Amino acid sequence: MSATGTSAEAKPAAASALLRVEGLTKLYPVVRRGLFRRRETGTIRAVEEVSFSIAPGETLGLVGESGCGKTTTARCILHLVAPTSGRAEFEGTDILTVFREGNRDAILSVRRQLQYVFQDPYLSLNPRWTIAQTLSEPLRVHGHVPRADWVKRIETLLELVGLDPSHAWRYPHEFSGGQRQRVGIARALAVEPRLIVCDEPVSSLDVSVRAQILNLLVALQADLGLSYLYISHDLSSVRFVSTRVAVMYLGKIVEIAAVDELFEHPRHHYTDALLQAIPVPDPQARSARGKLTGEVPSALNVPAGCRFHPRCPAALPVCREVVPELRPMGANHLAACHNPR
Amino acid sequence: MPSIPASSSETPAAGAAQPLLAARDLRVHFFTQGGVSRAVDGVDFEVGARETLGLVGESGSGKTVSSLALLRLVPRPARIVSGAIAFEGEDLLAKSEREMTQLRGRRIAMVFQNPAYSLNPIRSVGDQLGEILVWHEKLGRAEARARVIELLSLVGIGDAAARLGQFPHQLSGGMKQRICIARALLCKPALVLADEPTTNLDVTIQAQILDLLDDLKQRLGTSMILVTHDMGVVARMADRITVMYAGRICETGPAAEIFRNPQHPYTRALLASTPRIDQRYARGGRAALPAIEGRPPDLRTPPRGCRFHPRCPEATPECARLTPQMTPIAPDHAVSCLKRGSSGTET
Repeated sequence: MSATGTSAEAKPAAASALLRVEGLTKLYPVVRRGLFRRRETGTIRAVEEVSFSIAPGETLGLVGESGCGKTTTARCILHLVAPTSGRAEFEGTDILTVFREGNRDAILSVRRQLQYVFQDPYLSLNPRWTIAQTLSEPLRVHGHVPRADWVKRIETLLELVGLDPSHAWRYPHEFSGGQRQRVGIARALAVEPRLIVCDEPVSSLDVSVRAQILNLLVALQADLGLSYLYISHDLSSVRFVSTRVAVMYLGKIVEIAAVDELFEHPRHHYTDALLQAIPVPDPQARSARGKLTGEVPSALNVPAGCRFHPRCPAALPVCREVVPELRPMGANHLAACHNPR
Repeated sequence: MPSIPASSSETPAAGAAQPLLAARDLRVHFFTQGGVSRAVDGVDFEVGARETLGLVGESGSGKTVSSLALLRLVPRPARIVSGAIAFEGEDLLAKSEREMTQLRGRRIAMVFQNPAYSLNPIRSVGDQLGEILVWHEKLGRAEARARVIELLSLVGIGDAAARLGQFPHQLSGGMKQRICIARALLCKPALVLADEPTTNLDVTIQAQILDLLDDLKQRLGTSMILVTHDMGVVARMADRITVMYAGRICETGPAAEIFRNPQHPYTRALLASTPRIDQRYARGGRAALPAIEGRPPDLRTPPRGCRFHPRCPEATPECARLTPQMTPIAPDHAVSCLKRGSSGTET
């Protein structure tokens, strides 16, 4: 059983959660447009009934294969896309209602708490702006730092993420991928947020630079008491940064548990297959063979019952009919499976 | 001249089994407006029959350019500046373009990183695979069709006959990569170059494709050069591993040796800096991965001496002055590092 950092992994009580997501759903209608009529021909069920919470100082890893809805989930929480239904509460405030009502001051106060670090540091920085311009934009929008202090603030931010203050006057093309991602992190930190959504922050970086950014994220968390929602398909980096991990498959969370518990004792068959599929850097461990056959079904046409049942090695007749709910399986461990491992 | 353990095979009369392919002192430079970029700068490697060589390195290390050079497909403004590539007893660099065309796809085939870009989007699967057989093997239409169906079934595509009429956009990423693998194997090549064949795929699909490559290699006896940055993938697939950094080779040896007993500081750092799914990490404190500080050099102005020395924890002033040569330290295991006894040459 997991032993390390048990206190940090304890499931946050309702009151202490920083972010609570409940029943978050995003459906995309598939529309066929003709000259005279418009027909809905189907629904993409991108995210369905996703619930989780994040405690202060915690990192929740959200993992799954491409198309499973992990990015859509994060975008819905920040209302970058409007969710179809569901709630997201930040310290008890229903932030989705705040966004929907559209009061600028209220929205800004939410955005100051929640920031986003994007996957591709090449695409997420304005190429025509100096780093100083990029970093002063949040200061201008939120107005929480007097203009006289901007330069000092920008220098502090750059030092915080391991860049030289003189870098402020350069343009993004003068930086490497790792340095650009540091700028992306500095931009998120500019408004002193409590929670940062990191969407595949190291996927586009080189192996030797990845470790630097992962170390930076962990160090910033320790120094500033940040919480992260860390989204990735790379389970090894998730193991390193996360305190708890949620696994998504085809729009639903199938398992959520403390990090060591999940990696060492997965209960859901999909989690197990996902872990088995990852090649371990050790030639002696060649037993790791792909167990799963077939591919992820289309989100346009999700299987009835458990969404994983057509590929599941332990599927029962009930799995074809009844959607399994997340239920407790041991301390601080939830899995949605009729026939857990 | 760099000496590496099996360099005796350069003389064809040598008693040891001759490698299928041996590249010697390969240099590929990019002649850009900003200067000459030495992307591959004096690289030796070899692949034996039925062997899988893992070519590992970060982007810009020269691993892809090296593998393209074997087919003489380096893109402009790059040129193969010098070197020798012996394949099945012939020097590929001495061949005419026409001879290379006959060799590509028939004796050496390639599987690319992005299957979506490497298939022709406006031709059906059957057309673009059959064409290869008609061209290279002078097969008739019916024979070519039968062979394409056979290969598609071999790579695990069910209902292969029905797939012939489909177009790439109708297929999933994993399916497209299976088709690219079938395409590479159509003419029963002696060597397959696989450049990051699973990087764009999801992990469960990656596992399926790796199993497939492993299985086909066993059954068909094909040799393979697997280019990748993923230490997990090479550990799973390779018999021998060559680690590249900034256009040069750091270390080459049997896969088990490289993982159990890595010698070059870069190999060690690369292995240590990758988080592992089978390891626990302390939480809440300042748990840190042993990262490699700095970043890879600009190859237009590479560091003098050992190219890794500015980032190397063990570097001495000597390392900035002398270029280390590949030196054997154990049977079939060679390293280029002054701190591991390599000899150095003035630069």
